[in-house]
Amino acid sequence: MSTRAMRKGAPWTDKALDAVIAVILIVVTAVTIYPFLNVLALSFNDSTDSVRGGISIFPRDFTWENYKVIFSFSGLVTGFKISALRTIVGTALGLVSASMLAFTLARPDFQGRKFVSVFLAITMYVSAGLIPVYLLIKDLHLMGTFAVYILPGLVSAFNVFVIRSFIDGIPYALQESAKIDGANDFTIYWRVILPMTTPALATIALFLAVGQWNSWFDTYLYNATSPHLTTLQYELTKVLQSTTSGNNGDYRSANMTQVLSSVSPESVKMAITIVVTVPILVVYPFLQRYFVQGMTLGAVKG
Amino acid sequence: MKAMSGTAIPAKRRTATRSGSRFWAKALRNRYLYLMSLPFVVWVFVFSYYPLWGWLMAFQKFKPGKSVFEQKWVGFDQFKTLFQDDMFYQVLRNTLAMSLMGLVAAFTVPILFALLLNEVRQMFVKRFVQTVSYLPHFVSWAVAASIVTRMLSSDHGAVNDILMGLGLIDKPIQFMAQGHLFWGIVTVSDVWKETGWNAIIYLAAMSGISSEQYEAAKVDGASRLRQIWHITLPGIRSTIIVLLILSIGHLISIGFEKQFLLGNNLVRDYSQVLDLYSLQYGLQMSRYSFGVAVNIFNSVVSLILLFAANGLFKRITKESIM
Repeated sequence: MSTRAMRKGAPWTDKALDAVIAVILIVVTAVTIYPFLNVLALSFNDSTDSVRGGISIFPRDFTWENYKVIFSFSGLVTGFKISALRTIVGTALGLVSASMLAFTLARPDFQGRKFVSVFLAITMYVSAGLIPVYLLIKDLHLMGTFAVYILPGLVSAFNVFVIRSFIDGIPYALQESAKIDGANDFTIYWRVILPMTTPALATIALFLAVGQWNSWFDTYLYNATSPHLTTLQYELTKVLQSTTSGNNGDYRSANMTQVLSSVSPESVKMAITIVVTVPILVVYPFLQRYFVQGMTLGAVKG
Repeated sequence: MKAMSGTAIPAKRRTATRSGSRFWAKALRNRYLYLMSLPFVVWVFVFSYYPLWGWLMAFQKFKPGKSVFEQKWVGFDQFKTLFQDDMFYQVLRNTLAMSLMGLVAAFTVPILFALLLNEVRQMFVKRFVQTVSYLPHFVSWAVAASIVTRMLSSDHGAVNDILMGLGLIDKPIQFMAQGHLFWGIVTVSDVWKETGWNAIIYLAAMSGISSEQYEAAKVDGASRLRQIWHITLPGIRSTIIVLLILSIGHLISIGFEKQFLLGNNLVRDYSQVLDLYSLQYGLQMSRYSFGVAVNIFNSVVSLILLFAANGLFKRITKESIM
């Protein structure tokens, strides 16, 4: 009797549940995507018209002017180049270091395996902090160099462990048979393991690339006085700081006085935001494909 | 006795040299592995371990241009100054408040979101919503801050427009200029940016739950809410615990990007966190030793939190991350 009642009751509550879930998910999706579309619309809208408000996801008075103006800032062009360069170089070197270390740590016959694992794992929990690292960078004369974008974060313990757990899943017999064929360990790494590790490498490559592209703090800390090494993200933070109330940024005075008459700082901010975001959107389908497995790989213990 | 020890020692020495040569023989066989790992070990030493040496500065009155040994030692003076600074307590309050709010939000919202998404049976819808949900994770905090300030702007920002449209307020709220709103803004921004991403791991764990359990529950007449409560949630229990321990360990090191980028001089009393404090004193005012003392405090507290959380959960649930 009671079971029957429950069976009858279940579909009604289940339907209600479906409706509630649908409504919540629609709202969540809208809240996530609307801000991007709004900023996009504003970036293509005439800046004096934008001040009137009421722009949602379509521009009302379409113009390229905002983009023309921001690409006339020399900082932005340099920033684009440096950001692209650090993304490529940082990703490539980060992949090499992480995969090599992961390979050695996945080898049961490697003597240093235990020591190196612990040595790396500790860095995930203990960090010296901003000031000691800053002084180290200064002592190594890396201030005002491009290398400061690449070197300090070259080896990431997390990435090493993700790739290692992937290599652990490849039968060791493959390496042994390659060895019998006379391959040395580097050849095994390069010809046997690397080709089989591509899914993990793709995931890590995307993490590294997004991390590099999105960094601004190292520019702020180490290269703020080297305009030729500025990055796109840092240029955006400068605009942000100068348009936020209560701050007296230098961006306006340096770059904007010449163009202030034609577009407003707010429109400039919107256009730069889009320029910084577009490359992420371009690689998004790839991010999509690889990162779920990356996340679950990263969930392994240790 | 004498004879025994007489024979014992050479025997020991023999095995010692033999194991020594075995070690070197193995090292020779491992030479490529050493070549491929040692350079990076040195690297990690330079950039992650060597700076720890700088912690000595916290016990000195550091003046640039002299080596660590030539500095004046002052014992715990820097820490005394730190603990007597009113500013420090304000900064600590901000750090802990935003950390705790972030922990609660970043811990509950993604689980709820994953539970909802897991109930969607149309694969297309599920995938679409999920794809959209983690988009904000991949944009930088600079972009996120730009978007958030736009949405919250008192000058036709979306949030103010909606509130005005609903008649809840008569004039726009100056969100970014009010200190008491800052913690909430940081937390909500974080939820906006990271919920979809953080939910992935729970969704993966949920997909690992066998469908037989749900079938059995259905036969017993359990409603879907009961299935969520009795099957899905217990199914992701260990994932929840591991992530909770990790986030407790990172409680005090919440970072400073959001606070730096969303904050401004008007909300400074609420936006300043430990890292920014060390930066301001350590670099902008060149009180390096003081800045290092703040960094040490930060690192030590977060380590203690991590071990405490891990120990606590080990005792309660027999699960741990270390």
